[in-house]
Amino acid sequence: MNVIENLRFITPEIILFVFSIMILMSSLLIRNKNVLGIFACLAIVAASLYLPQSHKTNPSLFFDMLRNDSLSLFFKEICLFITGIVILISMGYKALSEERIGEYYFLILNAAIAMLLAVSSDNLLMIYISLEMLSLISYILVAFLKHDPLSSEGALKYFLFGALSTGIMLYGISLVYGLFGTTDLSIISSAVSAGQVNIFVAFILFLFILAGICFKCAFVPFHMWAPDAYEGAPTAITAFISAGPKAVGFAILLRIFTKNFFPLYVNWSALAMLISIFTMTIGNVIAISQDNIKRMLAYSSIAQAGYMLIGFVVGTASGMEGLMYYILAYALMNLGAFGCVIMISNSIGSDAIEDYAGLSKNNPVPAFMLTVFLLSLAGVPPLAGFLGKFLVFAAAIQSKFILLAVAGVVNSVIAAYYYMRIIKFMYLDEPKAASAGQRSLPLQVALAIVMAGVLIAGLYPSPFLNWIRASQSFFFQ
Amino acid sequence: MHFPILSCIVFLPLAGGILILFTPKKNIGLIKTIATAATAVSFMLSIVLLFKFDYASSVMQFEEISSWIPSINVCYHMGIDGLSVGLMFLTTLLSFLACIGSYGIDTRQKEYFFLYLLLSTGMLGTFAALDLVLFYVLWEIVLVPMYFLIGIWGGPRKEYAAIKFFIYTLAGSVFMLLGILALYFTSTPHTFNILELGKTASSLMLPAQIIIFIAFYLGFAVKVPVFPFHTWLPDAHVEAPTPISVLLAGVLLKMGGYGFFRISFPLLKDAAHHFALPFAILGLINIVYGAFVAMAQTDFKKMVAYSSVSHMGFVMLGLASMTSTGFNGALLEMFNHGIITGGMFFLVGILYDRAHTRELDKFGGLGVKMPVYAGILTVFTLASLGLPGLSGFVSEFMALMGTYPVFKVITIISVLGLIVTAGYFLYMIQRVLLGPLNEKWAGILDMNKRELFTLIPLMIIIIVIGVYPLFALKYQLVSIGALIQKLGGLVF
Repeated sequence: MNVIENLRFITPEIILFVFSIMILMSSLLIRNKNVLGIFACLAIVAASLYLPQSHKTNPSLFFDMLRNDSLSLFFKEICLFITGIVILISMGYKALSEERIGEYYFLILNAAIAMLLAVSSDNLLMIYISLEMLSLISYILVAFLKHDPLSSEGALKYFLFGALSTGIMLYGISLVYGLFGTTDLSIISSAVSAGQVNIFVAFILFLFILAGICFKCAFVPFHMWAPDAYEGAPTAITAFISAGPKAVGFAILLRIFTKNFFPLYVNWSALAMLISIFTMTIGNVIAISQDNIKRMLAYSSIAQAGYMLIGFVVGTASGMEGLMYYILAYALMNLGAFGCVIMISNSIGSDAIEDYAGLSKNNPVPAFMLTVFLLSLAGVPPLAGFLGKFLVFAAAIQSKFILLAVAGVVNSVIAAYYYMRIIKFMYLDEPKAASAGQRSLPLQVALAIVMAGVLIAGLYPSPFLNWIRASQSFFFQ
Repeated sequence: MHFPILSCIVFLPLAGGILILFTPKKNIGLIKTIATAATAVSFMLSIVLLFKFDYASSVMQFEEISSWIPSINVCYHMGIDGLSVGLMFLTTLLSFLACIGSYGIDTRQKEYFFLYLLLSTGMLGTFAALDLVLFYVLWEIVLVPMYFLIGIWGGPRKEYAAIKFFIYTLAGSVFMLLGILALYFTSTPHTFNILELGKTASSLMLPAQIIIFIAFYLGFAVKVPVFPFHTWLPDAHVEAPTPISVLLAGVLLKMGGYGFFRISFPLLKDAAHHFALPFAILGLINIVYGAFVAMAQTDFKKMVAYSSVSHMGFVMLGLASMTSTGFNGALLEMFNHGIITGGMFFLVGILYDRAHTRELDKFGGLGVKMPVYAGILTVFTLASLGLPGLSGFVSEFMALMGTYPVFKVITIISVLGLIVTAGYFLYMIQRVLLGPLNEKWAGILDMNKRELFTLIPLMIIIIVIGVYPLFALKYQLVSIGALIQKLGGLVF
């Protein structure tokens, strides 16, 4: 296939890019959050309509840089969904000024492009470039409230950690190139399985690459940036960086480490198990003492990534299925939780957990929805978060990773405490001051969508599981 | 395809709850009517169930099965047999009566009745579910409304009690989840169907059975509660509003015991035999320790709460016996305890509504001022301490009789615990009803019609079962017989 023919596989990216430029230019004339937001949403809808169909041959595109297979399709759909919801949420976010709204949507749409490229990259260099594009956009977006010192501080920390870990990753990639003479994952994988290289050396190299992914997914010990960046960023962006880059990180993790480097797998799973246990435990334990809801949700998402990693450590088909379902459920409930945080901060003007006291009286709807999302994060049935946990724990038990499963369930009890604490403030305590709820239609639409998603994915998960199962063919070629 | 009566019983309350969500907050009368209607219809359907139930058969009846999550073999599977039919009836009855008892709730009624009905669905579903995942989902659904019901409408230490209840039970049940998964993956073909697992799981090796048994035990023992997991109970029972205490004592504790009957024992029978002695010892501790702690209480409600710990010891003891008499006693004890202690909590609530205190020492001579109350309280107390002719005696006697041939010493000490039980209950009667009238309560009113209406049905059941136990036993005899046969226990 020549390059021109390849173009039709990246129609969504092209659509997003064209729209983003249009938005940037029209923002010279129209500086309206809603009008431009609707534009951006249209871009997302159009891009998802033009997603390439899954192809039996899984064609390699652009000189083997990209690959169009079922794994990339699954994650592309998730990434587009996340971006769409984030745009809707942003339209209802009061703290976002309309002065630079054009740039804001431009950056978000370009972050979507970076994510689409990253999940379909089949070359270490391409992975690096698209991840870096995503990271740079994220740094800018976190710092978007430039007069807010917290926002700048968060962005700076995010940037420094990011620079360090992508530096390490790039170093790893250069060593890989030195060892294999290529950065193409398919060639590396056949070299590894043919036993042409010392497995131990290759393992060390991939530790470097792992560092970059750990940063994106905020695994311990690369999690330090998350609380500050989450707290400082505009909340809509917090929602975005908690869901989008994490999904991308997992997609890359799956692509690099499951199929291409299967011989390395044995060494790697013990390490991943440690990372998983530490990630969930540290995330959960620190979350207990937080008094800002964004910070608490930051630690909670660190912990959630730990649960997801269980599915990966197990490495079986059911483990992957659990992991992919969990990513979907996590995106739904985390976007929902941050959406509620925005709705609440629009009306009470605070993100401190103590100010949530008595919220169920003044703002019953966001309080109720936040409760549902928090219960889902805590893994209470019959919500989506429960089934996610159920599937990954099931996979762990099936493959006799009893320690991992026990660590997982003990952690979900710890986590229940701090999720319930928020609910306690909202429902059990008396309100301090009266406040009126403010309505924003796009935000309500976004919340209605994710709410329906959390309920349906929990109560009637079959369509989602079938979809995931179909996407899984990637692992068994 | 027959009429899905079980689904109707289980989900009617939830349907009512959803209807309440769309009712205006101010229209409290309508909210109460919907809640009462939903629980009443569910109760009536369960009476129909009792009449249509074929108690000569030990197989599942009114079974409903349809695929839910086919990729992991999860089914929506419900059915009842002799083990669960009585508990279904108990739950619908107490849900209905406690709903009427909830008319006194004076804040946030809309939320209250919604959560109440959700709780009701969870409890009923737990007794009807025959698929482990469905069972777990419904089991967990109970937690959330209960947290709010204690936490919002409870007493002074409600927040502490609510979170303690939530964390304790969640911690227990997540291990149960691991047990469920282990059962699933050790069965061939993989299934969550409790009936199928009953046929295949008992072929597991003993060490595997023991591990799975312990995982389930943690979930059930917290709910029962078995010493030393009982500390959430006094807090939750005391802080909860009256109708919720009724359901906590009357139904929630039975979920744990029912779990042993439905899952632990029939599915893991070698492990069950292995753990018979520990069960008997724990039962003994519950009986004696619970009774002594109850005696030391000065708070009326806390005393009743600890009496529950003591009574649930008989369930453990009966289970440990592995005899049909012991099992029958244990199962009937769950039903009777639900009726009696449910009634006791109503009675405590009635007194508290009037006096706004539960300190036993502050009462005295109330028998003069509240003759009807005094009469009913005496009947429930005597039933609770096991007076022959009332229902509590029948089941406790059967549990002890069934256990005696197996664990002689333990049974003898347990019987001594009954003396303590009689002691603290009579001491309570003395302090509340007898003696000189405390002048502070000169103007106290006797029970009103609504309160009578909630207690009379319970009293009738206590007397009927006490006089003619077969009335209740006939529903469970055959199923217990089949269970004992499967376990290879003594039939006598």
